[in-house]
Amino acid sequence: MPEWEAVIGLEIHTQLKTRTKMFCSCEAGFGGEPNTRTCPVCLAFPGALPVPNETAVEWTIKLGHALNCRVAEHAVFHRKNYFYPDNPKGYQISQYDEPLCIEGSFVVPGPDGDSEVRIVRAHLEEDAAKTIHVGGATGRIVGSAHSNVDFNRGGTPLVEIVTQPDLRSAEQAKRFLQLLRQTIVELGVSDAEMEKGTLRADANISVREVGEAGYRTRTELKNMNSFNHIARGIDAEIRRQIETWESGGEVVQETLDYEVKSDTVTPRRRKEEADDYLYFPEPDLVPLKPPADLVERLRTEVPELPGARIRRFEKEYELPYYDAEVLNGSAALAALYEQVALEGIDAKAASNVLMNDFVATGVDPAAVDGAELAKLIAARATIPRESFTRALIESGDPDFRAETYLGDTLVADTAELEPLVERVLADNPGQVAAYKGGKDGLLGFFVGQVMKETQGKADPKVVNELLRAKLA
Amino acid sequence: MIDTLRLTAGEARALLERGDVSGAELRAAYRKAIETRNEELNCFLTLVDGDGNDGVPIALKDVISTKGVRTTAGSKILEDYVPVFDSTVADRCKAAGLQLLGKTNTDEFAMGSSTENSAYGPSRNPWDPTRVPGGSGGGSAAAVSAGLAPWALGSDTGGSIKQPSALCGNVGLRPTYGTVSRYGIVAFASSLDQVGPVTKNVRDNALLYGIISGRDDCDSTTVEVPPVELPEAEDLKGLRVGVPKELNEAEGIAPGVAEAVHRAIDLCTELGAEVGECELPRSVEYGLPCYYLIAPAEASSNLARYDGVRYGLRVPAENYYEMVARTRDAGFGDEPKRRIMLGTYALSAGYYEAYYGQAQKVRTVIAREFDAAFERFDVLVSPTSPTVAFKIGEKAESPLAMYLTDVLTIPPNMAGLPGLSIPCGLSEGLPVGLQLIGPQFSENMLFRTGHALERAIGFDTVPERLR
Ligand SMILES: [Zn+2]
Repeated sequence: MPEWEAVIGLEIHTQLKTRTKMFCSCEAGFGGEPNTRTCPVCLAFPGALPVPNETAVEWTIKLGHALNCRVAEHAVFHRKNYFYPDNPKGYQISQYDEPLCIEGSFVVPGPDGDSEVRIVRAHLEEDAAKTIHVGGATGRIVGSAHSNVDFNRGGTPLVEIVTQPDLRSAEQAKRFLQLLRQTIVELGVSDAEMEKGTLRADANISVREVGEAGYRTRTELKNMNSFNHIARGIDAEIRRQIETWESGGEVVQETLDYEVKSDTVTPRRRKEEADDYLYFPEPDLVPLKPPADLVERLRTEVPELPGARIRRFEKEYELPYYDAEVLNGSAALAALYEQVALEGIDAKAASNVLMNDFVATGVDPAAVDGAELAKLIAARATIPRESFTRALIESGDPDFRAETYLGDTLVADTAELEPLVERVLADNPGQVAAYKGGKDGLLGFFVGQVMKETQGKADPKVVNELLRAKLA
Repeated sequence: MIDTLRLTAGEARALLERGDVSGAELRAAYRKAIETRNEELNCFLTLVDGDGNDGVPIALKDVISTKGVRTTAGSKILEDYVPVFDSTVADRCKAAGLQLLGKTNTDEFAMGSSTENSAYGPSRNPWDPTRVPGGSGGGSAAAVSAGLAPWALGSDTGGSIKQPSALCGNVGLRPTYGTVSRYGIVAFASSLDQVGPVTKNVRDNALLYGIISGRDDCDSTTVEVPPVELPEAEDLKGLRVGVPKELNEAEGIAPGVAEAVHRAIDLCTELGAEVGECELPRSVEYGLPCYYLIAPAEASSNLARYDGVRYGLRVPAENYYEMVARTRDAGFGDEPKRRIMLGTYALSAGYYEAYYGQAQKVRTVIAREFDAAFERFDVLVSPTSPTVAFKIGEKAESPLAMYLTDVLTIPPNMAGLPGLSIPCGLSEGLPVGLQLIGPQFSENMLFRTGHALERAIGFDTVPERLR
């Protein structure tokens, strides 16, 4: 049996969160009463003309910088012509052979080194309206009784990012997308939420034998609404292609949908696809010529991005890769970690608390005073567990002070604890006998009873010692 | 008693300013003329009963969106379409106090040279109602010529202002591409469409151009325009006039037309201009074929929005694609259908480079040829149309013969250049148009030249049969 390798490229669409739409002044945004945010331009009334949203252009350039792309000195909008109810002009204004951002690369750090994914392009276009097909079995236009179109979404700025086929597994593709998503979010240009459709990804997939030169026929996989579905969908398609080749068949170029329930892929109905989009330069718009000083200014506005920050955390705080990745799960958490670590407390201990106990509280890291939190973490060995947890839960409150909780010191005085320990043992003669008969695990039971008596304030170390001595 | 046949817009404005007539009286006079002659000429598709303004009345070609006033573009597919917004030019006319008389007939989506492609029947030439008024803006030209409006706006893609102005004895300006907003103009071919004035004389033309021109934030292809000067010149001293051989000797130019144009060229010399020959070897040969790739290609895309989903005609059917197909089949006439097919073909994968792509390259070549000519000359002259107004039906059966009527107006349009057509005499008792072509943004020079020539020629714009 040959060993197979997958070849995966991604096409990502992310909706920019500009105040207004791409080519008109209608408010952009999610939801709302259907067809309340429309105008002659985004409804394609006769004679209405597009005017480009400058913020959207700037944000795309910024995103291009984050992807290490070259920003074109001369970029052109094209018309992509096709009929569909969600496409009111009969063409989508997109970019074709002269996109705004070209030839970049995106580095995904991992425990075993970096992997680099080359970016073909990042271009700007307008989103389609939303069509809801009513009364059909498939939810698609073919076979539905009627369709309702909501033009609120129509014309929202959309950036399309296309990668080279540099990804080799579903897991790698998923990780790439997660880091890309976080990068986009941190740039502040999009909410990039898959559930809301503000981030969408299609995958081009082929397989080949390891060591084989060139690519085999690829398929395009669509309809995946979460990172997990993307990974599962790609896996399902890789399996299908390997089975096809191994059984002597041939993979044909087609567009497929991932069906979550059956964990399989199904071909799209032909009719829903246009083969020839009749692209030509949009005559209603002049070419984009972003001035060099603007391009440079936008470059300086790009903050440190999560991929780079992960590596810096590893180095600066001497953290394991895993910690650095988890702490960089959001910019706010990473920033809080740095504030805490800068207070000079043990970096790894701070990481443990933030990654586990703190994240479990659900408190917004941006609301927390790092210096106070550092004090709390530094004193954690002397604070009862319950108090510590309560302190973390309250760490986002505006008047949070670590010292409030530092008074709750542990009871370590043997004179105070000894009578308690004796009472617990006297109250549980059966367990004492069992322990002495070899059931060592019961020690924890006795510790628990003592802690209960003291509302968790007893120093577990001292209690342990006392119990061992009494039971010996 | 207001003589609408003779009254120019400038004179009407002066009467209003002096208080000699009221806006309502002016409107009534034109309505009277419309009642008398529109039935025969079919200039207006929709009439407006007062819009609150009381300035000089105006007629707008029915591709110009007017808020609350039906705008059909001469098509059945927009028969009941009432825009919810004003085009920028309609808005600027309103802001200047002009009162809208109504919307004028046009070939469907401005595709044609005779108005015979209008879904609402052809307009007729006031000089001879058995003949066409030209097109696509035949309704506007005939209305101005017959005294149904003191002035009007048209739109020009391949010659739709210049050619009907020539055939009806009016002054028509196709402005430099980008000087007049296209916002709200039902699009035909976006890279060529320009709105411009149709008037009785050159001064009126400059006046109206001054009202409608200038940068518009709603149309990204517009630019700032130099201030418009009302022409005063009576001679052409120092002007270098070029006579492009190919535009003046093209096959199909009628002898009577050539003669009238020659007389006008001689007049240029008499008025003090230097006249010389020049060449545009590829512009005329390739202009028309390239135009018939680019314009239909853009049209096929611009007309895709008429799908029956949001407005206009809808023919119900079992499913979306069938509904779109039936709606477009019923709503579009033969000419839009012909051009949609031509254009779709020219844009198809595998043909794009050979057709649309190549035509765009030739367009650059044409622009360079004109640039070279303008190094030696300030203005180029030629007939506007190879013939005078032809008979209704004469070319209706042959699209190619009809297309050839624009062979002289298309080359400068392809180069984005302004062109002014002024009447320069009669042939067979019908008006002949002289085309003045200038470099980009040279409208003031065209007005000066046109004005001096107009005074020297002394053409009577009132059709003989109506005098
Ligand atoms: Zn809008």
